[in-house]
Amino acid sequence: MPRIVVDVMPKPEILDPQGKAIVGALPRLGFTGFSSVRQGKRFELTVDGEVTPEILQQAREAAERMLSNPVIEDVVSVEVVAD
Amino acid sequence: MTETPLIGSALLDTSLAEAAVSPLAGARIGVVTFPGSLDDRDAARAVRIAGGTAVELWHADTGPDALRGVDAVIIPGGFSYGDYLRAGAISRFAPLMQEIARAADSDKAASLLPVLGICNGFQILTESHLLPGSMLKNDHLKFICRDQTLRVENNSTWWTSEYAAGQEITVPLKNQDGQYIADEKTLDALEAEGRVVFRYVGMNPNGSRRDIAGISNAAGNVVGLMPHPEHAVEAGYGPESAGVRSTGTDGLGFFTSVLNKLVGGTK
Repeated sequence: MPRIVVDVMPKPEILDPQGKAIVGALPRLGFTGFSSVRQGKRFELTVDGEVTPEILQQAREAAERMLSNPVIEDVVSVEVVAD
Repeated sequence: MTETPLIGSALLDTSLAEAAVSPLAGARIGVVTFPGSLDDRDAARAVRIAGGTAVELWHADTGPDALRGVDAVIIPGGFSYGDYLRAGAISRFAPLMQEIARAADSDKAASLLPVLGICNGFQILTESHLLPGSMLKNDHLKFICRDQTLRVENNSTWWTSEYAAGQEITVPLKNQDGQYIADEKTLDALEAEGRVVFRYVGMNPNGSRRDIAGISNAAGNVVGLMPHPEHAVEAGYGPESAGVRSTGTDGLGFFTSVLNKLVGGTK
């Protein structure tokens, strides 16, 4: 069944506390090649049947109104993934 | 000693019984319970200790009757919906929240419903856009629990009128996502309009912008803050006060403020 994948990231100007903790921990495991980490969210919305333009539009609206908070986050992509 | 119900008329001791027949008992304060609310019981108890009548409200109730005719609403602390998605993000869409938003929003209501959001309640109010800004994880990434001193920056709101302007109060603070943020323009507007209601004093416990602990909407009927006044209303169970353990009752003023304003307004 097709899925719509929504990616949400903290806004660039917002210091991401979780990403900061992760980048601090990486060198302890020997991963020294990374200067910054930002942690976002990925949502997979499963669709029973065909992804119509209406359903894709619903996903975009859900992404803006519920899956993200526009004060602190950006919706960076809403894409259909066929299995 | 008998156990009090979650919200109800059963009373623990004579001081509460006296409070219940006070002139403030006619003011009915609703306390909302969501799945995962923790501090609804304490909030209701704070209302009763302050002399008011606490009314149980249920997140899933719909329609104008869902508010049960209350004069004001407290959205309590806790972890509604387990903080899934974002703290407050799912509760915001609860049917009862639609009614509260309608009754509290200056664009849509004739007489504005006073609303207090505490901790998770504050997060729900920002997610609802009843208050500007948002909350991030504490900058140090740890859950923090401490007695926190606040300065009352605005004592003209529905929930702070019993305090003196600039008064310092100490109430418990306990949260993980307590870092208040908003863009600079919004912060400047909040400051200019006197809508920063509480500021952290002594230390900033979570990285909140401009030490902001609580804010109000433009009309002053909606107030949200991260610390917990409802846990500082009863000697024996509050923070340290004047060097004496557990005697602090600085939070009581929130509840007496709204009760006195409600009763005064109807006389």
